Order: sequence, then structure tokens, then C-alpha cells
Amino acid sequence: MAVQVRGEVLDIRRVGQYHVLSMVAPGVAENAKPGNFVAINVGGEHSSMLLRRAFSIYRTDQRGVYGGTVDIVFSVAGPGTAWLAERTRHDVIDVVGPLGRPFVLPAEPVPCVLIGGGYGAAPLFSLAEKLRERGCRVDFVLGASTEDRIFGALEAKRISQSIAITTEDGSLGERGRVTDVLPRVIERADSAVLYACGPMGMLQAVAKTAERYGIHSQCAVEEAMACGVGVCMTCVMPVVGDDGQTRMVRSCVEGPVFRGDRVRWSEVGTVPDDVIGSIAWTQAVNDSRFSGPLPVAVEEPELIDDDVAAASEELS
Amino acid sequence: MTSLRLTVKTNESDPLPEIDMSTHLGLLDLKNPILTASGCAAAGRELDQFFDITTLGGIVTKSVMQNPRSGRPTPRMAETPSGMLNSIGLQGPGIDSFIEKDLAWLSERGATTVVSIAGGSVEEFARVAGKLRLAEGVSGIEVNISCPNVESRGEVFACDPVAAAEVITAVRRNTAPNIPVLAKLSPDVTDIVAVAQAVVAAGADGLSMINTTLGMVINTETMRPALAGITGGLSGPAIRPMAVRCVWQVHQAMPEVPILGMGGIRTGLDALEFILAGASAVSVGTTIFHDPTAPARIRDELTRAIAERGFETLIDAIGYAHREPDVELAPTGPAFVEFEQALDDDQADVDL
Repeated sequence: MAVQVRGEVLDIRRVGQYHVLSMVAPGVAENAKPGNFVAINVGGEHSSMLLRRAFSIYRTDQRGVYGGTVDIVFSVAGPGTAWLAERTRHDVIDVVGPLGRPFVLPAEPVPCVLIGGGYGAAPLFSLAEKLRERGCRVDFVLGASTEDRIFGALEAKRISQSIAITTEDGSLGERGRVTDVLPRVIERADSAVLYACGPMGMLQAVAKTAERYGIHSQCAVEEAMACGVGVCMTCVMPVVGDDGQTRMVRSCVEGPVFRGDRVRWSEVGTVPDDVIGSIAWTQAVNDSRFSGPLPVAVEEPELIDDDVAAASEELS
Repeated sequence: MTSLRLTVKTNESDPLPEIDMSTHLGLLDLKNPILTASGCAAAGRELDQFFDITTLGGIVTKSVMQNPRSGRPTPRMAETPSGMLNSIGLQGPGIDSFIEKDLAWLSERGATTVVSIAGGSVEEFARVAGKLRLAEGVSGIEVNISCPNVESRGEVFACDPVAAAEVITAVRRNTAPNIPVLAKLSPDVTDIVAVAQAVVAAGADGLSMINTTLGMVINTETMRPALAGITGGLSGPAIRPMAVRCVWQVHQAMPEVPILGMGGIRTGLDALEFILAGASAVSVGTTIFHDPTAPARIRDELTRAIAERGFETLIDAIGYAHREPDVELAPTGPAFVEFEQALDDDQADVDL
């Protein structure tokens, strides 16, 4: 359950190309799980920027002196994040969270690889701790365009069996992309699950790699959102449900973490013809009105509820 | 009605003034004038974690059509100054699933529900209304004849008085007589009063004003339209003056027709503008994305604002901005001299 609170900035600091913002946000930290995110207002009380900015939760501390604290990582990408970067200690920020579905944890202590693209690495550190508590081997792969966009290399090293780093310009680690080194990591650790957060292209490549090795993947997407709470319908993606049917699902409430093999990555940004309710689907329904039954079931399946039950069960 | 009396701004934590905030839209009685706007609150469930949705005047649900609908590709939104552009394309579960799940939940929860319906044809509107007639928990119908994100952009029903009236006639015929039918109008017309008169003549019990206005953003990095749907509906405080103008014009022409006003309401004073212009109730929309508790906050802010101005009931404030110029309060100076001259010339009703 999410809450809306007036958070107070505790600290903001530069880390490479990024900013790490810590805030006291009572009620958010206490309920957050790895993979959850927060949605933050930017520009102050009379801001002309109405839409909330979504950030995955980097760290939480439930025992902060002033109440539960939440840390986020971001880069300045426009006037909204520029405003956020200018906050100082004691400034007030309107925060909603924790939001979205968290990463699902394996029931068995299996080896896992955590893959972060740029500041997409942020939610992986608390995940790594949870995995290690369950006896899972954790290997990290961090990638970015340049060295100053690699986030959390030291931290990753401290809590993992191994860490591989790739940069596109070769300024740190190997020159290339995370998926260039990923097969080697998987083979060495005999990994069973890949956890990833980063740009859409990287997630697609990670999901493909998982498929090739016949292993599970959990991908946290960074889709543009207006509200973050499930009412605006702007952040939809084509995702396959348990019944094999594709639907346009909201990445804020049904994600941001999806099973990699369920997202139709190459069709993100489109509405595939076989999606329930697409123009082509509706045409087929109308055509069949006089010639037989509907082409597919009209009922909406409970795609997510099983996952959530499983997630909460495994997390508890 | 007591005379205008402004008091000092009260503190947020003070108890709410005990004044009668109830209102009605035709036969629909509302405990207070704050509703959610269609398409900005889904079917209420998501917002219920932030505030008790049953404390609102009502929930106006996202427009539902006959069949499930996937909507448009992404990107579906772009932020604009004090507003946003959206191109959702009426994504929804279809009327059967809506009744079985969403409406059932709202009914169980005890919310006052106004169901927004949409259709690609007069027949579809009629069918959807017919299904709702058999369903439990419908307090009103809002007929979305003005969504700009449909295949035939610019050819929305609400842009043509004849087409708009046909839809309303069909919905009215398929709806129980005790359930009010509200026609949701588009501001993208030359004469909104003409469309309003046509739908009222066709049987609309009230009017919802306004839907989004068609807009466009070009991404200067990609140098292409920012939305996959190219154009989208502009909403938020950016369009509020346009919405207030529409409410004003229609209330002036037809003061007896109830209006549900919406368009960029962000505060209680914004809501008050609509009430003073002639709205009997208001819907809060895009602001929910910014502030999920906004409907409850605006309800309380409006209650204080109404009391601070000396009104004893909300209903006394409806259309109050249309009142005759008050001679006692008229300013002195040149404007006042002109006003007196106008009175002398027996032209007191010309624009002053």
C-alpha cells in the first residue's frame, strides 16, 4: 500500500554523473521492497510541471533518527530533475510510494546475476542483500556508456561473488555492453535467475540471453509515467499473460518488474495486432459477429495476482 | 444570500465550517460537489488507498465502450506548461468486464458512481447504455461524445449538434428515467451554446464541460511529434480559463440546465470559479496525476472558500458571478460615472 507524504531532504550528493538524494519519507521506507519505486513532484507547490517523476528506490533505512528514509539515484535529464538536483537539506518534497511490483525472489538458494545499466543499478543493491540472506550466490554486471555513468561499482563488489563492468568507450572495465560479458558470468556461476534494471534495449538483450540459457529473468522497466499510481494509462506495454494473450498493461502497477519472457520487447511502443482490443482484433470481432464465435476470450485474466501472491509469499 | 464578506484565511487544521455542501445534477443528489473526472481516476480503486473515495460527491469512471480496447501506442503523453497532452485512445476492458469487476467494486464500496460511456457509433452508445440499465450501482451516465483520441479526429460527435443529439437521444432512450444523462462537450467548437442546446433538446439532463482540447507537441530532439498518436488532448490548469468561459456561456444561455464543470481544477478556489460561473458540481482530473489526494483536498478547500464568502449553502453560490451589478458596491470614479450614465440611458444591461 502506497502513501503520499511530505518528505524532507536529508542529504543530496553527486556520484559521478548522478545525484543521490536521501529523504525522510515516513511510511514509504517501512513498506518498500526491492524493485519498488517512488513518484515525486517537481518544481514546488505552484509548479507548472504537473507530472510526477518516477525513481526506483535505491536504499531504505527504517531506523533513521527522524523516521524511515528513502534514497533515490537520478541524472539531470530536464527541468524537473534539474529542480530536484538543486534541493538542499530540509527542503520538502511530495513523495508517493512505495509503488509497483517488486522483484520476485527465488524460493531456493540459486545463483543469480544482477545486471544494471547506468543508474538503473540503483534497486539491485537492496535486492542483492535479500538474495544473500536466502543463501543465493550473487554476481553483478554493471554497464554504462562511460566510467562516470557506472553506478555503485564498489558497493556491488562488497556484496557479490564477482563483478563485471562494461563501458561503451572502454573507460572502465571491458569495452562493450553488458550482454557481451553476461554469457561468461552465467556459465561460470551456473546462474538460474537474471535480475535487470536499465534501458529498454538492455532489458531486451538480457531477456534474450536468459531465454537462450533456459533460465528465468526479472526485468524492471523505466517507462515514462504521468501518475505512477495506475490511473493515467500512459505507461502501457504489450505483455503476455498466463493465458498466452497479450494485453497493454500498466508498467506502474503491473510492473515495473516483469518476467523477461513475457514482455514483447521489440513491440514496445506499438499495439501488436493480436493484442486484445487492438484495431485489428476489434475488426476480427466485428467480422465474426455473423460468422461464429469471438476469436479470443473477452475476459481479462488475473495475470498479475498469482505473481503477487507468489512474491509476497516468498518475501515474507 | 448574504452580502459579500471576506474573512481572513483559515488554517488548514481548523475544523471544517459546517455548511451545506450538497448539490444535485438533475435527479442525482450529491453529498458535495467534488467528483473525479473521467479518465483521471480509472474506476476509483487506485485512489482509495490515498483517501476514502466515498467521501466525494462521486466517481466518474474512465469511458467504457462495448468491447475491450487496447488504446493507442506509446508515447501517450507529453508534459506541457501547466498541463499535459494525452493520447490514450479509450483503453478499457469493455462494458461486460467493467460491470462485473469495476462497477461491482464501486457499488460494494458504497461510492456514488457516474459511468462515462463512449462509442464509435450511435448504436454502440445505445448498446452500452442498455447494458448499464440492467446493472446495479449506476447513479448517472456521462456520455463522452467528445474524446479527441479516436480514429476520426475532429469528427467527434460533440463537434456537430445533429450527431451529438442523435447519440444523446439513443442513450436517453436506453437509460432508466431516474438516471440522469450528462453530455460531455468539447471546447473545440465555434459555438458551444448551440451544441449544448441541441443535446438538451435531445434529452440530456445535464452537461459536462469540458473535455480536452486538441493539441500537439513536437519533440525537438527527434524532430518528430512527441506522441505516437501525433495529436492529443490538452488538459490541466492550462485550459482552465477556456473551461470557465464555456461554463459561463452555457449557464448564461440555459441557467436551468445543471452543469458538471471541469478543466484544470487544482485548488478549491479553482473549483469555486466553476461554481460561480454556473456549475452545480465539478470534476477534478489531471491534478490527480500530480496529487492523488487532490479531490479530497479540493473538497475541503472549497468548503472553506464557500463559508469564507458568507454563503450558507453551496447551492447559493452556483452562478453567483452572473448576478446583476451591485450598485452599492460599484466602484467610484470614471467607470462609475459611465455606469450611471448607462443607467440614465436605460442601457444598464449592455456590457460594462
